[in-house]
Amino acid sequence: MSQMITQKLMLFFPKCECEKPIIYHLVKDHNLIVNVFRAKVTPEEEGYLVLDVTGTEEDIQGAMDFLRTFNVTINHTGKGVSWDEHRCTHCGQCVPHCPTGALHFADPATRQVAFDDGECIECLACIRVCPFNACASTF
Amino acid sequence: MRTFHFRGPKQHGLKPILRVSLQTAFLMKTYEQINDRIASGKAVVLTADEIMDYVDKKGVAAAAREVDVVTTATFGPMCSSGCFLNFGHSQPRIRMSEAWIEDVLVYAGIAAVDVYLGATQLRHADPANMYYPGEFRYGGGHVIEDLVAGKTLQLFALSYGTDEYPRREIRTYFTIHDLNQAIMVNPRNCYQNYNVAINDSERTIYTYLGMLEPRRKNATYCSAGQLSPLLNDPYYETIGVGTRVWLAGAHGHVYAEGTQHAGACERTPNGVPKEGAGTLALTGDMKQMRPEFVRGVSLRGYGVSLALGVGVPIPILNEEILQRTCVRDRDILAPVTDYSHDYPEKTGRVIRHVSYEELRRGEIEIEGKKVAVGSMSSYHKALEIAHLLADEIRRGEFLVSRPIAPLPRDAKMKPLVIREK
Repeated sequence: MSQMITQKLMLFFPKCECEKPIIYHLVKDHNLIVNVFRAKVTPEEEGYLVLDVTGTEEDIQGAMDFLRTFNVTINHTGKGVSWDEHRCTHCGQCVPHCPTGALHFADPATRQVAFDDGECIECLACIRVCPFNACASTF
Repeated sequence: MRTFHFRGPKQHGLKPILRVSLQTAFLMKTYEQINDRIASGKAVVLTADEIMDYVDKKGVAAAAREVDVVTTATFGPMCSSGCFLNFGHSQPRIRMSEAWIEDVLVYAGIAAVDVYLGATQLRHADPANMYYPGEFRYGGGHVIEDLVAGKTLQLFALSYGTDEYPRREIRTYFTIHDLNQAIMVNPRNCYQNYNVAINDSERTIYTYLGMLEPRRKNATYCSAGQLSPLLNDPYYETIGVGTRVWLAGAHGHVYAEGTQHAGACERTPNGVPKEGAGTLALTGDMKQMRPEFVRGVSLRGYGVSLALGVGVPIPILNEEILQRTCVRDRDILAPVTDYSHDYPEKTGRVIRHVSYEELRRGEIEIEGKKVAVGSMSSYHKALEIAHLLADEIRRGEFLVSRPIAPLPRDAKMKPLVIREK
């Protein structure tokens, strides 16, 4: 059996695609384990979805090919929460509020804050507590 | 990534014979001698983060002879900050009686086209805490950040009109370069020490030290600890009125004791205050400042402020002064205070004192419960400033100055008494 891998994705659904049960097909037809972090449908009926998908490389590839048959934008890099390292002053106000350690001190000596977006579950706590507006949500 | 240069004491300029003769004197070095060495590019400069290990290795007597300056620094919100701006005169002239920059009210009760812009002023029509907790996205601190960053800002001003200042209204756009003067004048910066805030209540509270979750779930502090200027000179022996400081990249100075300066306070046996204690009033030319060290602050549920980077050089005049710069985070204690009841009601209760070493571990223990800790002050930026200032001194570009008056050591903080006339 091939090795299972996990990928974090952000999907953007234009208005016309919002009513289709795409996640259902990812699970049913492509054998993926899906963990949705955050989903939103805007008043313009556009949809945003941030999720982890776990499966074999072939299954994930198949799912991506399936997604591309719709008018869905798949973003592998930019996620729903961003951290602007130039706005960050490395005060560490966010660190105890980040439940997964995605925001953490990279070096105990220089106390530089770093953001590991793979660990981010998009709870948005950092956006509420950052005094310098360094964290932002794409949607 | 900026690299920090450590320049060892090898470039020492004093001849051995002179060293011996100075060693016996109480005043080992004078300000003039230190400045001569700075000017000739031979000064030995270490940061307050490096000096302890250096003194442990060399011994205090040898280190005091070798080291000329220890640099200290801090970066964090400093609410009592602001700036005087002079716009120059329009044609026809206006004597501004009310004025706004980017819709943030400035104080115009001074000469015709002078204003004072304060860090905590909210933007016009900000709902504040009407929809609690308010977001406070933009205010005085952000205008100051934008000014230093060279952005184009809107000025709107009104006047009642006079014979020589007939204009009644003006709306125009400007940058800091268009102003005659932009002088930062901060009545209270660089608190010597500060409270650690926690929340004893059952609901989330929002404070100037950040969001505090109920039942002591988290704590916040705000100090650079062992790097902080007044913690390295706890009795104000070298830092006084007239001391030249590095204010967000500009060469500014201490113009007075800071407001609420209260040197008479409880101290540890080595002299370190166990509460707020001393403060500095600072001024500097905003046109010389660097935007990464002048940052607007939005504190949910509280308001807006300004975070500033300050560096202060401590001239090593004798062994005692050097010894006090060797203070470590573990020797500095801060009072843990409840901000849901004790602070607002001014009960004076301190739950316990914790050291900055404990705080920096990210977790403290309070009455048997582990509490997660966050900071409002950036040690990372403070460290960067201490190194930038050290490099400027080594290059001979920043001289130390003898204070023209000391900061008071015996002042106590008075309360505001509510009474009948």
